[in-house]
Amino acid sequence: MVAEIVPLALVDQPFPNGIYRYAVGGLLVGLGAAVIYLGTGIIAGASTFLESTLSYVSDQSRFQRYRASRDWRVVFSVGIVLGAAVYAVFWQGGAWTTDVQPWRLLLGGLFVGIGTRIGKGCTSGHGVCGVGSASKTSIVGVITFLTVAIVTAQLVAALGVSP
Amino acid sequence: MSDRHPLFMPLILVGGLIFGFGLGFSHMARPEVVLDFLQFTDFGLLFVMFGAAIVTGIAFAIMPRLGKPAPLTGKAYSRRLKSFDRNVLIGGAVFGVGWGLSGICPGAAYASLGIGNVTILWALAGMFAGAYLQGVWRSRQAVDEAAPTGAD
Repeated sequence: MVAEIVPLALVDQPFPNGIYRYAVGGLLVGLGAAVIYLGTGIIAGASTFLESTLSYVSDQSRFQRYRASRDWRVVFSVGIVLGAAVYAVFWQGGAWTTDVQPWRLLLGGLFVGIGTRIGKGCTSGHGVCGVGSASKTSIVGVITFLTVAIVTAQLVAALGVSP
Repeated sequence: MSDRHPLFMPLILVGGLIFGFGLGFSHMARPEVVLDFLQFTDFGLLFVMFGAAIVTGIAFAIMPRLGKPAPLTGKAYSRRLKSFDRNVLIGGAVFGVGWGLSGICPGAAYASLGIGNVTILWALAGMFAGAYLQGVWRSRQAVDEAAPTGAD
């Protein structure tokens, strides 16, 4: 049972797809955040967009506090979509779609939407900008969500859910 | 907003483009690759997160020391320091369940749409619904806290 939960591929081949795409992609993700920071002093995370955008359609006080930043957050997010589209057109060779089942995406998204906002950040806010700031709060946040995510993914796989 | 520097929005867009291209290039916009990491069959994600954190870390370490404000906003450079409380742990754990279940996080979900993955709209719908639920709940909480005396 334990051997099933923690595959032995762990020691076999830690990087079956090489490291180039990950390392170069990661440096570019950091560069994108750094470009915005250098010009504006703003430290951008991706998850606040979820709440700030809701301020256009909801009067809830929680969303209205993001009024001042909601416009540029839309522009930032549109940039993310377009930047990934440039990759898709010139490198990926067309559209790619996931095989992960819709119920997993919907339910997972729901938890992500709730958790990232209560927990003050996501993989870009805490994981990239917070860790880059050597923030203890963000490091604890990353360790928390990484640990829980690993346990969750292993459990889901052990239950035979795939993809 | 009229006093905003004319290059502010273009720069945010360029930053977003590079950020999104990086997410596409690193394959983080594919939930399968994230799930492979969480199941210990491909550790590439570590290079993405730490590679990105090293780049931002250099910028966050140098800019505040120069003592000059940001050119487009006049804003002082600082680091991203959030206060620690129980919410970081509770929210982090809830986020972890969602990330482990779906293999998707906010930035990567937007990028996923960009690589043509229309199925990701399920995850985006879930994220907005989740953000809305917690927003309604926290707006009520804020009203309760602002009330002068509690009846209980």
